[in-house]
Parts: sequence; structure tokens; C-alpha cells
Amino acid sequence: MATSLIVIIISMVLVNNYPLAQFLGICPFLGVSNDVESAKGMGIAVTFVMVVATAVTWPIMQLLYKLDLAYLQTLIFILVIAALVQLIEMFMKKSMPALYTALGVYLPLITTNCTVLGVCISNIDDGYNYIQSLTQAFGAGIGYLFAMMIMSNVRTRLVDQEDIPAPFRGVPIVLITAAILSLGFMGFNGLFS
Amino acid sequence: MAGKSKLSIVTNGLLKENPSMVLVLGTCPTLATTSTVANGFGMGISAMAVLICSNIVISMLRKVIPDKVRIPCYITVIAGFVTIVQFILQAYMPALYSSLGLFIPLIVVNCIILGRAEMFANKNTIFDSALDGLGMGLGFTMALVLMGTIREICSQGTWLGYRIIPASVDGMGIFSLAPGGFFVFAIIMAGIHYITRDKSKIRKEFGLGGVEDMKLAEEELKRQQEEEKARKAAKEAA
Repeated sequence: MATSLIVIIISMVLVNNYPLAQFLGICPFLGVSNDVESAKGMGIAVTFVMVVATAVTWPIMQLLYKLDLAYLQTLIFILVIAALVQLIEMFMKKSMPALYTALGVYLPLITTNCTVLGVCISNIDDGYNYIQSLTQAFGAGIGYLFAMMIMSNVRTRLVDQEDIPAPFRGVPIVLITAAILSLGFMGFNGLFS
Repeated sequence: MAGKSKLSIVTNGLLKENPSMVLVLGTCPTLATTSTVANGFGMGISAMAVLICSNIVISMLRKVIPDKVRIPCYITVIAGFVTIVQFILQAYMPALYSSLGLFIPLIVVNCIILGRAEMFANKNTIFDSALDGLGMGLGFTMALVLMGTIREICSQGTWLGYRIIPASVDGMGIFSLAPGGFFVFAIIMAGIHYITRDKSKIRKEFGLGGVEDMKLAEEELKRQQEEEKARKAAKEAA
């Protein structure tokens, strides 16, 4: 049991890294990786919301199966996630002001971050149990944070580099960076047979 | 949108404000579903169907939906249409359904659709919104097909299954994998930057500046509202 959980975490962080191998959550991956601090904030906020969202949506899905309403999955999940993010924001503002000032700005962006909905749905599709689902969500979040940290550290060194060809300045060079990073992450393929 | 012809609403989405290549919205499906032309095309058409329908409904409801809860309302409408598309694909195109997989439900969080609801459908007539959905959807499909074309020809030597490059030439498998996606996207965008380098000094890059962009978008919205107010006041005065 414990080893299978470790395998899930490692596979989510390295082999199936969300932004670099599965193309999930690319928008904030490109958008918020300007500087290291906000990349860290976003990564932690995503991890937190992913775990909480999985904790809530997994039991709801079991209920939907029982009521034979599984086709409402998409609709219910996105509404639950949107409400949850709002709730977390309100709760944080009230009781954890320090954390709120650190993560608060990223929370509204997370509702439309496809990683959260993606991890909730793939937990169901993979047929994981509750503990495995939570582990997968946590691993995916850590993987996201990891990729964001690497990306932002690379990007801060790219800024103001005048020798980038003009058409490549801005988004294209960031995408090239991501391509090379994901090439590196491909090396982890085949870590598990 | 007075003074703008109906045609320009459609073409706007095709080139000038192409959602994935110029506005850089909806990057996830652009990268993830374009390993072959067929997948990219399927994704583009599905997203277009959702976009047109949700634009029409949101435009119909634009006077009913209270401003404060508009985002959840939009998401509900969009999720409804995504579920419908999901059913249709599952019933009639099971092969496409299984190869797009997770990315069909993820149309819900595709920023193009929510973005158009917020930027266009909630302040324009039903017909205009439908046209905008059509234009944006076609632009998105076009971008996906372009990406798919390059990636499929480079990786398998085929286009929509037809062989272009002789089978004796080995394909570059990397193009159908994750790095190839990023790389092709980067090259296409650099090409667009190169072509439009003099024409568009100010390049809108919504969704890329993250928090700063949200602030910018809010300011833009405020400015628009003020303009509208001023226009109304001027009308009343007249």
C-alpha cells in the first residue's frame, strides 16, 4: 500500500508531470512564471486546492454513481470547484490573513486552471480509491510546483537578454524553454515498467 | 460594435484576434490534442460547437444574469453544452472520444469560451454573438489543424492518414510527444510575430501576464463601463 502511494507520487511529479508531459495548466504555467515568488505562490495554492477539491469531489462522485447521475460529472465538478475556491478564499481571508496575502491573488485564477478539474476527473477515470486519489492530487500539485519553480528560475535569467531574436521575444522563447524542459522530463519515461 | 460589418466579426476571430495564436488563450488543448490532424480538427469543432451555443445562450440571458454571479452562471451554461458534446462524441465518434479523453470535459475550463462570454457575448446581440463564436471557433480550429498538420507530417509522414512523405523516410517521433508540441507552437508564434512585426505594435496577450493581466483587464472593463455611462448620458442629454 505504502509503496504504491510512493509510486503514485513519483509518477505524478516526474513521469506524468502535468504541465510538461500532459499539457495541463499551461496558461498559468506560462503566465505566472515571471518571477520565482509568484510561481511558488501559485504552485502552493494549486496543490492546496487540488487536494481539497479531490477530497470533496471523490465522495460526490460516489454519490452520483449511486444515484445513476454519472453524466452530470463535468457540470457538478466545475461548480463544486468554483464554489470551493470561493469558500477557501473567504475562509483564508477571515482566519489566515498571512496566508491570504501570500496566496490570495492566485485563488481566483485557479477556478479556470484545468489542472484542478483534470486531476479530479482523472482520479475517477483511473478508478483510484480515496487515499490513492488524495495522493495523486498531492503528487500532481507538487509536480506542478516543481515545474513552476524550474521554469520561473530559468525565466528570470532570460529577461532583458537582448540577444534573443526579435520574433522570439516574449511567449515563443518561453515555449522553447518549456520544450527543452519537457525534453528533460521525458528522460523519466520508463522509470516504471 | 456599431459600424462594424457582420463579416468583420467573423474574420476578426480568424486572423487579427486568433484565440490561440494571437491572444494565447486555450493553450492546453492547442498543445495536447494536436499530435494528429484528426484529433486537432475534432477538438476544434467540439470547442466551436460549445462556443457558438454558449455565446448564443449567454447573449440571450445577458439582461437576466446579475452582474455579481455572472461567472458561475456562464460556467454552468458552458458545462451544460460540454456535457452535450461529450454525449454526441461518445455516441457517434467513439474513436475520437477515446483519443481526446480528458480534454473533452476540460473544454469547460478552456479560457477562450469563458473569455468570449465575458468580453463579447454579455454586451452584444444574439446574432452578433453567434457570429463571434463562429469566427473564434474557426480561428481556433484553424490553429489546431495547422499545429496538427506540422506535427503529423513530421512525426508520421502522413496528413489525415494519407501518406505524404514516403514510408522509407523515418519520422521524427519527438514531434508527436510533449516537447514537439511546445516547439511547434513556439515556431508558429515566432512566425506570426515576424509577419505582424510592424502592423501590431500593441500585442494583446491576455492570460499570459497572470495577475498583472487580470488587473489590466479589470481596468479595461472599468474604462468600458465608464464610456458606456458617458454615452448613455450623452444620449439622454440629446
